[in-house]
Amino acid sequence: MTNDLARWQFATTSIYHFFFVPVTIGLAFLVALLQTAYYRSEKPEYRRLAKFFGTLLIINVVVGVVTGLVQEFEFGMNWSAYSRFVGDVFGAPLAMEGLAAFFLESTFLGLWVFGWDRLPKRVHLACIWLVAIGSMLSALFILAANSWMQHPVGYALNSHGQPELNSVSALFTNPTFLWGYVHVILASLVTGSLVMLAVSAWYLRKGREVALFANSARLSVIVLLPVIVLQIFVGNKLGEIETKYQPMKIAAAEAQWESCQPCSFSAFQIGGGKNDKTPSQIIEIPHLLSVLATGEWNGAVKGLNPLQAEYEKKYGPGNYVPDVFIQYWSMRVMAYLGTLILLLGLWGGWLLHRGTLERSKLFLGISVWAVITPFLMNTAGWLLTENGRQPWIVQGLMKTVNANSPSVSSTDIWISLIAFVLIYIALGAADLVLMLRYSRKGVEGGEGEAGAAAEATTTPAMSY
Amino acid sequence: MLHLTTLWFVVLAILWVGFFVLEGFDFGVGALHMLVGKDEAERRVAVSTIGPWWDGNEVWLIVAGAGTFAAFPAWYATWFSALYIALLLVLAALMARGVALEYATKRDNERWLRAWRWALTIGSLLAPLLIGIGLGDLLAGLPINSSHEFTGNFGDLFTGYGVWTGFTLLSLCLLHGATFLKLRTTGAIRGRARALASPLGWAAIALLIGFVVWTRKVAGGPEVPEPVQVLAVIAVIFAARLTAGDHDGWAFIASGVAIASSVGSIFIDLYPNVMVSSTNASFNLTVHNSASGGYALKLMTIVVVIFLPLVLLYQGWSFHVFRGRLRGPPADGEPAATVASPTPQT
Repeated sequence: MTNDLARWQFATTSIYHFFFVPVTIGLAFLVALLQTAYYRSEKPEYRRLAKFFGTLLIINVVVGVVTGLVQEFEFGMNWSAYSRFVGDVFGAPLAMEGLAAFFLESTFLGLWVFGWDRLPKRVHLACIWLVAIGSMLSALFILAANSWMQHPVGYALNSHGQPELNSVSALFTNPTFLWGYVHVILASLVTGSLVMLAVSAWYLRKGREVALFANSARLSVIVLLPVIVLQIFVGNKLGEIETKYQPMKIAAAEAQWESCQPCSFSAFQIGGGKNDKTPSQIIEIPHLLSVLATGEWNGAVKGLNPLQAEYEKKYGPGNYVPDVFIQYWSMRVMAYLGTLILLLGLWGGWLLHRGTLERSKLFLGISVWAVITPFLMNTAGWLLTENGRQPWIVQGLMKTVNANSPSVSSTDIWISLIAFVLIYIALGAADLVLMLRYSRKGVEGGEGEAGAAAEATTTPAMSY
Repeated sequence: MLHLTTLWFVVLAILWVGFFVLEGFDFGVGALHMLVGKDEAERRVAVSTIGPWWDGNEVWLIVAGAGTFAAFPAWYATWFSALYIALLLVLAALMARGVALEYATKRDNERWLRAWRWALTIGSLLAPLLIGIGLGDLLAGLPINSSHEFTGNFGDLFTGYGVWTGFTLLSLCLLHGATFLKLRTTGAIRGRARALASPLGWAAIALLIGFVVWTRKVAGGPEVPEPVQVLAVIAVIFAARLTAGDHDGWAFIASGVAIASSVGSIFIDLYPNVMVSSTNASFNLTVHNSASGGYALKLMTIVVVIFLPLVLLYQGWSFHVFRGRLRGPPADGEPAATVASPTPQT
């Protein structure tokens, strides 16, 4: 019970945290691009866009920052047995994240927000790039730590049976990490560009500031298209890596109970709940699972049953099959929505090529609503990754059931779970109110030349 | 040769000192901003004094926590799980405060504004108080068994010494915030910061002297205070005295020294323990029985040696860029619309 509650809490807080992180990473990069365009062209519209999207960025950043604090503390609060066991390896990348990434990101964000017209242009541009780099670095360290839980490397067990780090290079060349990191960065760029596209599309549809937002709509499509193409390739590659090191994760994602060769991929299934080993799989696409899991047309995929037998032999009795229902559907949410976004990107690219991007009402209308998809995909991605690791907290080394804090009662966790949910609802509501308000309120400086000139004398929206 | 475990204990002490010196004035400003600013325009100026920095300052806490995790996993595990509900409150306070700092002025709505103003005030009071209690408890001792598990409940966290430490650090943060506000503002806001600094200074002096005496008792050993504790008392007296005059910079430095030496003294008296067990002294967590292996410590030492000086450099630069006083709201008769943008005085 206590363990389950601790898991619920971690899942809730980390999923919530990860609504904001990809927006920060993606949007910081895009704002840096906008400001670079301003720096090089000196066109005032790029400055206005950088400030406009910069305001949306900081509304998001602060929630990402404060909910990240919760994540950092939660290991020790809820998972003290885990922390004690893995701190030697897992703590290092976390501390590196703080020292190398968080300081950078937060200090230069402060300099950027308050530095308009105070810092030399070139220095001020460097500030937003350092924010973007800092946010990407923080993802790097946290994913190195997380990948170690998926596929532990670079350690040896000491006399107490605890893992001790013996190779930092192994930690950062872990294949799960390398592909997982690229996957998350691309996902963040997809998120950021879809946010920018949605806001721009909203203005374009209303016919407000068309000349201005045509620029940001174009930029977001230019970023989105190559990134989503690359992402589909990288996601596929990550699947192969996971099949190699965590075969349960991928077998469960297809609800593949028996081994197969070649293996087909089902488009849908009916059933497949907790004890349903024979769901009806609908529209089977031949060879697709083989290709996804092994990269080969006729690749073999081990089923859950033989894997379970293997694990029992190796680790003793127990259930080693993760929740198949979650695996199956989170894989599909990601794959299907990813495909839709690919189509949207291609469509946008074609409109861009024809020069009608800012006039296509249908495309713009769909783009406004497409902003929901990256959040669903990001969440599905983490569910696939973390649920697929169960019952392990560190694959092969420690089970989740042994990892929670012995001194913390279920009452404690109930209290904190409820508190976090209430606080997060309040933060989410406040964030949403401001995001919508600032998205719609219009861009500083008003329309046209007079507005741009007036901007210089008015208060920046980003100061207090 | 200095052992790596000892070195890491020192690194963590430095991180905690850094956190309180920097975030200390942010807490102080947050807690006092409704008192030094009588209307919304003045409150904006007060909060703007920490605008570019508070987020970077908070990272010191994150790194202190993560550094403890990396260098002393057993300490991190026992401490954070023991403080459970207290840390929940700390997190709530830090969340309320952080979001309030960014969101308060982003909507023209009276209720919205008032809610975030109070969130900022209460969060800024609660966080240093509770973190102070958590630090004091390390030395005071908590019920910890032979397998280093906390066996007490929420009430056990309120050790007498821990609570006194909490209030001492809170009072120092308030004083530090007042000296900071006085340093960075002009006119009425600066005047109110000065007026507040006097009672806050007296309270801090009294609490700090009590803290030093109690620390001697709790730590055992010689009754003579450590040099750093003497320094803390001298510094807080200087800070309280100097705020009455016009030596704003010196007063701020003095309150910074007072807060740094108070936090540092906890760690000096703690070593080589990291967490005292009130159940049995042989169950104490020490730098030896809670540390990571040699490889991890060596790696982290390299990382700290490279990155900490860099951080000091660019954070220092950021302080340099935004130095100078913020001009208060203009006198009567000027349009309110131009009020909200505090600009540095030349």
